[in-house]
Amino acid sequence: MLKPESEADLAEIVRGANGPLAVRGGATRHVPALGEALTTTGLSGITLYEPGALTLVARAGTPVAEVEAALEAEGQRLPFEPMDHRGLLGTGGTPTVGGAVALNVSGPRRVTVGACRDSLIGVRFVDGEGRVVKNGGRVMKNVTGYDLVKLLAGSRGRLGILSEVSFKVLPAAATQATLRLDGLSVVEAVRAMAAGLTSPFEVNGAAHDPAGGATWLRIEGLEGSVDYRAGELARVLAAFGTATRLDPEASARVWRAVRDATAMAGPGDVWRIHARPSAGPGLVARAGAEAVLIDWGGGLIWVRLPEGTDLRARLGSFDGHATRVRGGLDLPPETPPVAVLTAGLRAKFDPRGVFAGAGG
Amino acid sequence: MEMPKIDPFTLARKDELVRALRTVLPEDAVVHAETELRAYECDALTAYKCPPLAVVLPRSTEEVSKVLRICHDMNIPVVPRGAGTSLAGGSLPTADSVILGVARLTEVLEVNYDDRFVRVQTGRTNLSVTGAVEADGFFYAPDPSSQLACAIAGNIAMNSGGAHCLKYGVTTNNLLGVTLVQMDGTVVEIGGAHMDAGGLDLLGVVCGSEGQLGVVTEATLRVLPKPEGARPVLIAFDDNETAGACVADIIKAGVLPVAIEFMDRPVIRATEAFAGAGYPDVEALLIVEVEGSEAEIDEQLGLIEEIARRHGPVELRRSTSDDESARIWLGRKSAFGAMGQINDYMCLDGTIPVSELPRVLRGISDLSERYGLKVGNVFHAGDGNMHPLILFDANKPGDLELCEEMGAEILKLCVEVGGCLTGEHGVGVEKRDLMGHQFTADDMEAQMRVKDVFDPKWLLNPAKVFPLATTAERRA
Repeated sequence: MLKPESEADLAEIVRGANGPLAVRGGATRHVPALGEALTTTGLSGITLYEPGALTLVARAGTPVAEVEAALEAEGQRLPFEPMDHRGLLGTGGTPTVGGAVALNVSGPRRVTVGACRDSLIGVRFVDGEGRVVKNGGRVMKNVTGYDLVKLLAGSRGRLGILSEVSFKVLPAAATQATLRLDGLSVVEAVRAMAAGLTSPFEVNGAAHDPAGGATWLRIEGLEGSVDYRAGELARVLAAFGTATRLDPEASARVWRAVRDATAMAGPGDVWRIHARPSAGPGLVARAGAEAVLIDWGGGLIWVRLPEGTDLRARLGSFDGHATRVRGGLDLPPETPPVAVLTAGLRAKFDPRGVFAGAGG
Repeated sequence: MEMPKIDPFTLARKDELVRALRTVLPEDAVVHAETELRAYECDALTAYKCPPLAVVLPRSTEEVSKVLRICHDMNIPVVPRGAGTSLAGGSLPTADSVILGVARLTEVLEVNYDDRFVRVQTGRTNLSVTGAVEADGFFYAPDPSSQLACAIAGNIAMNSGGAHCLKYGVTTNNLLGVTLVQMDGTVVEIGGAHMDAGGLDLLGVVCGSEGQLGVVTEATLRVLPKPEGARPVLIAFDDNETAGACVADIIKAGVLPVAIEFMDRPVIRATEAFAGAGYPDVEALLIVEVEGSEAEIDEQLGLIEEIARRHGPVELRRSTSDDESARIWLGRKSAFGAMGQINDYMCLDGTIPVSELPRVLRGISDLSERYGLKVGNVFHAGDGNMHPLILFDANKPGDLELCEEMGAEILKLCVEVGGCLTGEHGVGVEKRDLMGHQFTADDMEAQMRVKDVFDPKWLLNPAKVFPLATTAERRA
């Protein structure tokens, strides 16, 4: 396994590559099937952390846990609540920040606080010809030149190998509360979550577990403010039933389980559907899945289906896309003009096909 | 300002071009008379002017596509224009270019609160997007100072920010999808009303590409429920460094204000004379605003004031009414106008790490002495986005050049301390030649390759963003 210890080493390896490289961080998510194995875990460590500027810069192979621990020590956190894929995919290893960025991995807070790419303010990467490129930096407002930071986030290693990433971080909440509604149908649950998300009470998590019949809405902030908003939100939700308030520990447990999609445990393929929240119930009905978990107020639907099920055929056309994440990565098809642009960018950033095996 | 050499062959084809454009557009959508073209000779960077060859004002995506196809086939450069409020010369034309204005694309196409978005045509102004949803308790978050006039198309092109982006993010964080027309007329739908467009993040790279990758005709924007209330506190200090340290401590403390604005003495005095907001006469003023219910506001402001007190403020004034809040914001919002009354000014837009605030303010003050030009500082302190205003006299020969030179020095200082050339205005023509201070040749090459893919002939807004010498071969 190739394991460069510096960005210069990494660039050297790419320049000298005679065929595709199968790049991974801790190999906990998806690893390219094709090419010589290369891990970025040799590029590790936080290079800059300024709590007063809400900025953290880390080498790509730095464990997510190391970043989260450093932030926690200063009462801060990554806003986008990155998922840990090990449970879902049955992988070992240690998740890295580079992997989270390369796959734009975001958790429940994404619904209002934004995705991983929204917290990403800078990257350094090595392109397919071994050139080191930097874009963005360590400041949270930056429109100097094109935003390759966003382009690299979620690029699945198709345009370059990340060597360093910079985040805008946020203060961790002093406390949290979750309101749970019981016994709602998917249709009612999505309506209840919409009511919460369109209220001024800053709901930053909205999920529904049809099997357990639970619908959860999360509030975070200062103690007094959380109490106040939990009370107001319960009033907003009264039409859907009496809400039970979970204490901070129980609340944290719920959202860790939602984040890591533990409801998908069991045999079969697992798919993620991104859709308009209001389209969620219709899609759930059409999917006919064995297990379902709804996050982002209905905007993200996890489904588990028997191996080999053609989910896209069941769903038909809708505003959004579906990706098979377990049972063989299967990315959504692109429209012809988008496919032309994607192919064009890959050819420009990787003319020799070093990253040809990336991205499924 | 150096612009590309004008192609005489293109100028000679003006009649042919106008005839071709008229085959796809109604008569009132093609502007070609010399007197009328004057209206498009510059944007809000008024130091540079040049009337275009023609102006088109299409009313639909289809018309935009047809116009671009014609210009593409005739090899005529196209400069997209929103409302023309760019401070960076983003829509400055050349004599051989066609301006494509989106001013007539103003429809609201869909309002959907359940899914929390609106879809609009991009000629619509920023403020009128909020206007379309306000009565129902929603708003569109990015709020550039020009929001009354500026168009969403320009906001997307420049990835515009505003005073409240510390909490709500900038345009790119509030954009869900676009309809983009490429230079060859191809219409591309990117993203939609769902979260995460999927595939490569084309939406992310289109936003902030300064009209060089395509013309965005429609956009799906995230709308948010309005907070219950908002209130600012005014904190006065007798030196800039303490104010800077106070900002860092507030951020570290775990409250996230929606805005932290900073003004220094020259700006405070100018705005007092102009707007009479009742500011104390001090070295540095912070306006810190928080949102929520009355009790939540009190809880947050209490914490902020406690932190501020540790820094020995000269004055701490918490707004107790909407009236008082409006007065506190009045000065800040009229700062640019107030400075403009004193003199001509150039507004810079560099961003720095918040921790470098004291050092950069000292550096600016040293440069001000060295160049003999006065500077006022008013900016978004929470996110380090500086707006030094350099005062100069446009009628005094050599003063503009001196001012530009000093501006360049300030921006280089911003880059040197770990910041960037522009936080929300864009590069345009104004900062084009400074790009080499922030980026290596490889960094810029990677960016230009994106344009190679979207616009292989380099016809869209070609003289912007990158130094002319760097793009010469591609534009040839």
